[in-house]
Amino acid sequence: MKFKSLTIFLIISSFFLTCILSIWKIMSTLQGLNFTNLNITPVFLIGILLSLAFVLIGNKINHLIKIFSLSFIFSISYFYLNEASPYWYIFGVFLITLFFTNKLKKYNMQSLQEDFISEKIIFDFITLFGIVFFAFVILFPFYIMFVTSFKTQIALLVNPLDFSLDFTKSLTELFKSYFVIFETYNFGRYILISSAVSIGTVIVTLLFAIPAAYAVARLNFFGKNFLSTSILIIYMFPAIVLVIPLYTVFSQLGLRNSIFGLLIVYTATTLPVAIYMLQGYFKSIPKEIEDAGIMDGQNWFGIILKIIIPLSLPAIASVALYVFMIAWNEFLFSLMFLDSPKSFTLSRAIQYLSGDAETPRQYLMAGSVIVTLPVLFIFIYFEKYLVSGLTAGSVKE
Amino acid sequence: MSDSLSKLEKRTAYTLVLPAVLLVFAIVLFPIFANVWISFKDIELKDIRIPEPRAKKIVKSISENQSELKIVYKLRNSSLIQEIRNVQFQDKFPTNVSPVNLDSRCNFQSKKVVCDFGNWEAKYRENFEITIQNINGEIIDKKIIKSQKPILSGKADNPLLTTNFTLENFKKVFYENNFVELLLTTFYFTFFGTIGAIIFGILAAQLVNQNIQGRTYMRGILLFPYVGPVVALAYTWTLLLDPNSGTLNALLVNFNIIEQPINLLGQKYITMSILGFEFKLRLALTTVIFFEIWRYFPLAFLFILARLQAIPQSLYEAAEVDGASPIQKFIHITLPQITAIISILFMIRFIWNFNKFEDIFLLTGGASGTRTLPINVYQQGFAVSDIGMGSAVSIVIVMLLLSFMVIYFRLIGKRANEV
Repeated sequence: MKFKSLTIFLIISSFFLTCILSIWKIMSTLQGLNFTNLNITPVFLIGILLSLAFVLIGNKINHLIKIFSLSFIFSISYFYLNEASPYWYIFGVFLITLFFTNKLKKYNMQSLQEDFISEKIIFDFITLFGIVFFAFVILFPFYIMFVTSFKTQIALLVNPLDFSLDFTKSLTELFKSYFVIFETYNFGRYILISSAVSIGTVIVTLLFAIPAAYAVARLNFFGKNFLSTSILIIYMFPAIVLVIPLYTVFSQLGLRNSIFGLLIVYTATTLPVAIYMLQGYFKSIPKEIEDAGIMDGQNWFGIILKIIIPLSLPAIASVALYVFMIAWNEFLFSLMFLDSPKSFTLSRAIQYLSGDAETPRQYLMAGSVIVTLPVLFIFIYFEKYLVSGLTAGSVKE
Repeated sequence: MSDSLSKLEKRTAYTLVLPAVLLVFAIVLFPIFANVWISFKDIELKDIRIPEPRAKKIVKSISENQSELKIVYKLRNSSLIQEIRNVQFQDKFPTNVSPVNLDSRCNFQSKKVVCDFGNWEAKYRENFEITIQNINGEIIDKKIIKSQKPILSGKADNPLLTTNFTLENFKKVFYENNFVELLLTTFYFTFFGTIGAIIFGILAAQLVNQNIQGRTYMRGILLFPYVGPVVALAYTWTLLLDPNSGTLNALLVNFNIIEQPINLLGQKYITMSILGFEFKLRLALTTVIFFEIWRYFPLAFLFILARLQAIPQSLYEAAEVDGASPIQKFIHITLPQITAIISILFMIRFIWNFNKFEDIFLLTGGASGTRTLPINVYQQGFAVSDIGMGSAVSIVIVMLLLSFMVIYFRLIGKRANEV
């Protein structure tokens, strides 16, 4: 029993270490280091030795001294096993091993005899591995997007693995792609249009949604139930089936290539979500507060303006951010309705850029960074609001 | 008293709701019905403008002294399929200028030439000429003549509103469009994209729900693909997967995992052999499905995580006392608690993946076996310019969606409502 759980422990922990070290090696390769072999088998074997040494030593010496000395020995043997590598790379290996051995802290010969210890070990390391794996898989494309915007097409064609940035270059050289897309490709204008459309959509949506949500939440009228179910069904309906009729009607009305046309469509498609999110919040406001307002002789306009809105600012803020992000990211309608570069939004402009095969990729990626950064900043900064808004049942993309 | 109050309440409610309802009706519901109409019409992209009479004015000198000018109006019907009735023409001239030998369809009074051209059939073209002359023999300024634009008017039917219908579009959708393959591709994409997103969502939620440091950051990072703009993400992936200088292929070749770069987005099939069995994998479709999973598992993750955090800790503690293993805890406690949210997520993601357009359009444009129904709407309507056909495909999408919803509510809906 003890032998079985020890084996599982050694294999699983070493497998985990090998995976992180491989990711570290891949990342270093992208910094221009010339590795051609992942050396999985030797790393796996010395990983087993490391784990074995860890449990054998147990609590005989201080934990800190133990992990430092073990990591040091591991890094040195790793250095001799590998191809020539710079010191910063080995230092990274040392830090990773330190992190790894620290995670092993709770394992020793005694703990390996607990109930279900093999399952627990597997769960533990799968959790760790999963987190590293998910973080890597998610962040890697963003990393590539970001660093590509600082490279040049020629450099990347010569060596597609070298993403190291040359900080000795002047700032104007380093940020050249950004200067080019602003000067040659007019991105300043597109940023303005995208912001105008998104902010406009937020304002108009709130203007329409707040009264409607109030009515749905508070007032009794014929067709109310029908309305609240149809809100849900409508926002399941796909944008792609709206495209052809809207295109034909907008062509005849001359609304294509106009920011106004785009604004109407965005507002109408985000309204159901906005109403749904807001009415849920309005229902949670105690009715007595409004009754007091009615006593004071306020009409519905006064109640909404003076009682409801001030009380539900957090919900309104989260709806506003949400609608902003939907409008900012929207692509399908801007592709259909905008043909003239004069009225492009950012997304449409990037798609237009990519249509020309001659466009160097760093410009495309610089544009992508510009369109991505605002959304990510908003998201990180207001994460709490947005997440609670999302899980409140509003899941429009 | 209370009667009038409830009347007032109703009236207020309608005033508050009406603007939003009207807007949504005009932009979302109306097009769905309009699709039905358009799908029965033989109409192309170039026909959607209402036909109008057009004239291009060209001014030519005919005599040395420039007191006489010839004006050529290139008249045409803008439509290739419809006639314009009762075309009226009007052009203004400066003082002291009058036309010579005016066409019989026209007359000249108070400095204006007014003509009645009658009906123009489709594709109608005519070079209509007027010679003008200054009465006093002075020079006529060409620029002034040129700057005056002629006014034309006429009656024409809106091509969208005519009542000639055809079943051709639906025949083409079902018989000439590789309909079975189209459906199968859409189904693979939708089904595996949905299942994958939910599986990865469960895994990620299970991970983040452990007591690990930096859990909030992890939650934020995991949502990045979902909140990022699709254009930026799709192009980054295209670069990453590029066979010639993409990072992924370069890495795999560098570490000797593959010998030749693989065109992950441009190759329809790849032959794989596992345990001696050779089978063909839809390569580009699989890649697109992976992108789809990458982008949308965060949504499943978020919902499942919210549900997991609501499970009372005492359940796990009780199981611990009973000596349950981690796997048993997952199967007997966690899984029953999240089945309801999973069935709702399955429905939502299934419908949205079924309608997904942007992702495939940006990654492959629908080439190499990734043509799904929504891509087909775009290709028919805008690449082939057959609006009627595109609408017919839209109708097929709507019908399939409605049947999914009915099936879903029959099967799982009741149980999901209990949550």
